[in-house]
Amino acid sequence: MLPGIDQLKAKIEAAVPNARIEIIPNDTPAAQPSLLVNRDTLLGTARFLRDDPELRLDYASNLTGVDWPELVTKEKVKVKKIVEGIEKEVEETIEKNRPAYLEVVYHLYSMALKHGPVIIRARTDNRTDDTHLPSLTPVWRAAEFQEREIYDLYGVIFDGHPDLRRILMWDEFTEFPMRKDYVEPDDYEYEPTPHDDVLAKTKCHWPSMEGTTGR
Amino acid sequence: MISEVKEHFHGENGGGGTMTYHVEPKKAQDGAPQGDLLEVSMGPHHPSTHGVFRMDVVLDGEQVVKLKPVFGYLHRNHEKIGENTTYLGSMPYTDRLDYFSSMTNNWAYALTIEKLTGLQAPERAEYIRVITAELTRLQNHTCLIGFLLQDMGALGTPLMYAFRERERILDLFESLSGARMMCNYMRFGGCRVDLPAGWIEEALLVVENYPRFLDEFERLLNENEILIARTRGVGVLKPDLAVNAGVTGPMLRATGVNYDLRKVDKYGIYERFDFRVPLGEHGDVYDRYMIRVLEMRESLKILEQALPNIPEGPIIDPKYKVRNFKPKAGEAYGRIEGPKGELGFYVISDGSTNPYRYRVRPPSLINLTILEDMCLGQTIADAVIILGSVDIVLGEVDR
Repeated sequence: MLPGIDQLKAKIEAAVPNARIEIIPNDTPAAQPSLLVNRDTLLGTARFLRDDPELRLDYASNLTGVDWPELVTKEKVKVKKIVEGIEKEVEETIEKNRPAYLEVVYHLYSMALKHGPVIIRARTDNRTDDTHLPSLTPVWRAAEFQEREIYDLYGVIFDGHPDLRRILMWDEFTEFPMRKDYVEPDDYEYEPTPHDDVLAKTKCHWPSMEGTTGR
Repeated sequence: MISEVKEHFHGENGGGGTMTYHVEPKKAQDGAPQGDLLEVSMGPHHPSTHGVFRMDVVLDGEQVVKLKPVFGYLHRNHEKIGENTTYLGSMPYTDRLDYFSSMTNNWAYALTIEKLTGLQAPERAEYIRVITAELTRLQNHTCLIGFLLQDMGALGTPLMYAFRERERILDLFESLSGARMMCNYMRFGGCRVDLPAGWIEEALLVVENYPRFLDEFERLLNENEILIARTRGVGVLKPDLAVNAGVTGPMLRATGVNYDLRKVDKYGIYERFDFRVPLGEHGDVYDRYMIRVLEMRESLKILEQALPNIPEGPIIDPKYKVRNFKPKAGEAYGRIEGPKGELGFYVISDGSTNPYRYRVRPPSLINLTILEDMCLGQTIADAVIILGSVDIVLGEVDR
């Protein structure tokens, strides 16, 4: 049986030097919490998870890239303050900043012991100039094409990948289309009865359409 | 001797251009290298690549010394489109992933969202799901064998026999969902419409007649000298490599690894049915062919048990709502045993009507990881068969 998420965290931290693991909870009915692994020890953690006789996660099922742009959330918090000599409870808005990063999520299973999933995640430093993560292809061949796909669509650079190049987009393509801030090329084509988004595009290309409903 | 080969299909850091690399030519048995290397770009339009798919092959005579699959010709960024539409909006689009088996695609997606939201399909819907999934498996495997034989040069007969049988199953799908291939049948927490009158009898008739076709097919093929000569010992895949490379489905079981999600995860109501998991021994193309035949027999067994026992009742969870469907923030990964392997969906919800991240784990793409390993040292004609035995659908590979 697979140990609980807390035991798993302790187990990894005991076995892998310098590993700092954070548990990411998941309160949906799926109940699939995950472990955030710091990227310097990702490779060691992966090797440990694969080789540990109790875990034997020999099968890396799924690798997913996720883009998290910078997000500012506003939260209202009640704060006690002294206003004109009297203590009062005042509502204040606090801005919270979530830094921007790219994340890769690994779903690991064991074919030998038929358990899983163990979900680990790793984050890059930011989305712009330091998007490096260690490649897990030396640990699981299953990562080879999936890492190439994440590189292709998100721009995560996997150090140590044997053949890191674009897989779905063509080689000359320079952007990363799965990122949240990717702007699609303006591929307007004439349409006789435009509506919705196409109508908005049509109005840009044919200003005489302004003010019409498109019909 | 080292030959120079121009490589056109990639440059450094994903940029374009040509670069030259060196390949050590494979030594012939007496130790002498055999002539010059030839680079062949097979595809994207080639009858044996099953769609728009390209293999860049480096040949020494007839032998493959290097093979790089190239895809993306059918790429439409399915995952981005999934992020830009509602949860339900992606359901019809999952049909277009592996267009041979839309029912299982629907099920995998529905199962993931059910995990995310806690919806529970009622008894009748669970039965319908198992039945449609097994029918899908039947027609997928039947067609695959037809295509495989087509690749071996058996033009026409096996493929047409397979299509004849497939059409009977597609007729069932059409009367059930309104579409032969793009069924769009399942919903979160159940199914879209109930079975039409007389459907179970029709389905039982198909299931009853199927073994006769399989017997005929097996009599025609199993001991066929040409089939044996072309497939035995060709494209051997070792179990360790298969597990490490994430190969799933019939491909994995042909190597002898017992891993069938219907038994491991016991999703749906598969626990209630009595069926076995056929396993191969050699991991060659012949085993992959045989596994599919045996799996069809097991699917028939499940259908025979499921069809007469469908209970009456609702077909969808009453808690499911079509409009304003907003799962709680969180994530879920759901997977099922599709005809081609483990089909998984991974959805991250941020509490809005659209998924924040929608990911498909495509078995066809990941099973191609080891294509080069299987083809090295084989002849180019065998590479065609090996690709055919992997069972890919480009709608799913490229997404």
